[in-house]
Amino acid sequence: MISIKEVTKKYADHLALDRMCIDIPERCIYGLLGPNGAGKTTLIRILNQITAPDSGEVRINGEVLCQKHIAHIGYLPEERGLYKQMKVGEQAIYLAQLKGVDKNAAQQRLKWWFDKFEIGNWWDKKVEELSKGMQQKVQFITTVIHEPEILIFDEPFSGFDPINANLLKESILELRDKGTTIMLSTHNMASVEELCDSITLINNGKSILQGKVTDIKRQHDTQRREIVLRTNDKASVLALADTYINIKAEETEIENEMKLTFENNSANDIIRRLLDLGELVSFKEVLPSMNDIFIQEVKSKN
Amino acid sequence: MNKIGLIIKREYLTRVRKRSFIIMTFLGPLLLAAIYIVPIMLALNAPNEKRTIAVVDGSHWFEEQFKGNDEQTFIIVEGQPIDTVKEMVKQGAFDMVLYVPPTQLNIPSNAVLYSLNQVPLSTDEYIRSVMKKEIEEQKLLASGVDPDIVDAAKTDINLSVIRMDEEGGEKETFTEVQFVLGMVLAILIYMFILMFGGQVMQGVAEEKNSRIIEVIVSSVKPFQLMMGKIIGVSLVALTQFLMWIMLTGVIYIGFSAAIGLSNPSAISAGSVMTQEVLSNDITSNEAVQNIVQIANSIDFGTIIGCFIIFFILGYLLYGTMYAAVGSIVDSNTDSQQFTLPITVPLIVSMIAAIYIVNAPDGQLALWLSMIPFTSPVVMMVRIPFGVPIIQIVASIAILAVTFVLMTWVAAKIYRTGILMYGKKLSYKEIFKWIKYK
Repeated sequence: MISIKEVTKKYADHLALDRMCIDIPERCIYGLLGPNGAGKTTLIRILNQITAPDSGEVRINGEVLCQKHIAHIGYLPEERGLYKQMKVGEQAIYLAQLKGVDKNAAQQRLKWWFDKFEIGNWWDKKVEELSKGMQQKVQFITTVIHEPEILIFDEPFSGFDPINANLLKESILELRDKGTTIMLSTHNMASVEELCDSITLINNGKSILQGKVTDIKRQHDTQRREIVLRTNDKASVLALADTYINIKAEETEIENEMKLTFENNSANDIIRRLLDLGELVSFKEVLPSMNDIFIQEVKSKN
Repeated sequence: MNKIGLIIKREYLTRVRKRSFIIMTFLGPLLLAAIYIVPIMLALNAPNEKRTIAVVDGSHWFEEQFKGNDEQTFIIVEGQPIDTVKEMVKQGAFDMVLYVPPTQLNIPSNAVLYSLNQVPLSTDEYIRSVMKKEIEEQKLLASGVDPDIVDAAKTDINLSVIRMDEEGGEKETFTEVQFVLGMVLAILIYMFILMFGGQVMQGVAEEKNSRIIEVIVSSVKPFQLMMGKIIGVSLVALTQFLMWIMLTGVIYIGFSAAIGLSNPSAISAGSVMTQEVLSNDITSNEAVQNIVQIANSIDFGTIIGCFIIFFILGYLLYGTMYAAVGSIVDSNTDSQQFTLPITVPLIVSMIAAIYIVNAPDGQLALWLSMIPFTSPVVMMVRIPFGVPIIQIVASIAILAVTFVLMTWVAAKIYRTGILMYGKKLSYKEIFKWIKYK
């Protein structure tokens, strides 16, 4: 769907993007991660044709990115903004028209979205009368109103309460299921794990990690396992854990329960012995969180 | 509808619907109307409050001469010392007292006017002119000039100024009218450029600071947005200008009709008032004729045409500069150093206008009307006096070319500036932006 090839962008004193390559398949939610100032916004601006790359190219469905693609892209910037003095409905129609939707179609679609987000009665209110969260809803609607094939969200969840964040998340998933390709730039790793199919981690203008979220997690698997045991004989469990390297036993908040974590060991042997000491509650494989991977990768490159 | 059209429409409608625009639209003509209505009203309703001036003439030269007029009557007080009369003024018997000290043989040439209140200029001038005439007359008689000749020499001067052109045409000109018209036009164009240029800057800064700019430039090109805004605001300015002209006309006609019904002589009284401002000592009949002559002497077509052309081009030139500055500034605090280069040429042209109105064909006038940053204001000062067509064309051409160049530069600055936040900027940095691809 979107193919970014060898894209380089240089500003006066620093390299914002250095031969960046990303391939985003159709109908997926693609995460764009990276610390502040890594080059995410520059990449997004290039996709939106706000700036042009110094070299390299971007193709949409095989065609070189050009003016006509603007109508097929929806963009929710991190720094939200609407005309404060303008009425909500009027403004939404104006922004839809700028994206090439005709007035009647815009009105119909807006009505549908306003009902969905339960903000129908704000139509004639001025933006400055709305709370920040309400403005975010309006902004989200104006982003998707022209039913673009590609949606780019920059920190879409900031400023939303959990209920509205969930509403938003569901809307994003619905859009994906309808066939929209979505690019999500965020620092919220929990939402990456929940939503993203694939990610690219950018640092200092370079891609340092790329792939499917599940694959990446697998690659970063440290073979960590976790056992939870219910027992009356904690001392014996501790003594047993001490006879193994890399196994750590600790008490949990729950009485009579102990947690044993270990890495790179076979679990079979210790489990056999533990069974004599108490009741096995759980045994699980602990995959690293995206948060851990993010920190680990970025730190190792700096 | 194409995108630039949409932008123009939004810029236009949001501004025209603003309360401040509506207030200005109606207030402007009222102020303009006040300029001609107030003097007329004053003339009509002026209380017939004649000043009585006591004359204590110790020299006895002027006792016959102070005949009085509409504004003041003179009462000769004899046999009273000046101090007594001064007391009488304090008690309110007279408004003021003119004291001519006694002299031996010579014709007196000094006098004192005592008054409790500020003496009106007209009274001052009247007394001076009466005394001056009498003294001159007496001096002529004293040197042996025939009294008939002295009488015959008393003339009121009526100077007509005729402007010739190469084709042999002659046209009576009214310098005072051209003077006032030139200054009014200059101030108007200056005010409009400053006011609506400022609106462009504010609009751009608002879009930048509210961060909506990022949404908009992902839909339209920055250049389209900039031009849409400048054009939209220019239409607002033209709307306001035309509304002013129309409403002023309506008020004038309405006012004339209202006065005309209640008081048939009012219009001519109004004309006399206007006339008196322009030139004194003409009877009302001549005054009406003069008004017609003055009106004929002014080429309204050229003036309005030139005003619109110079306003549009001047505004466009300054508008692009204001847009560029609006895109640079982050908050109002640091806008000063960047607006200065825009306001200085405007202020310079306004100051120059004051000199140029006295020498509309001089070197300064010629040069400043060729420099595009000063030409809109300066040309408007000169046009009522008549400017060779070649100069007008040259001036417009230079202005138009500069506008195109400035748009190119401003668009480059704007494009980078609108997305640049929280960075301290120097001119050096901004010049770099112009070179970006």
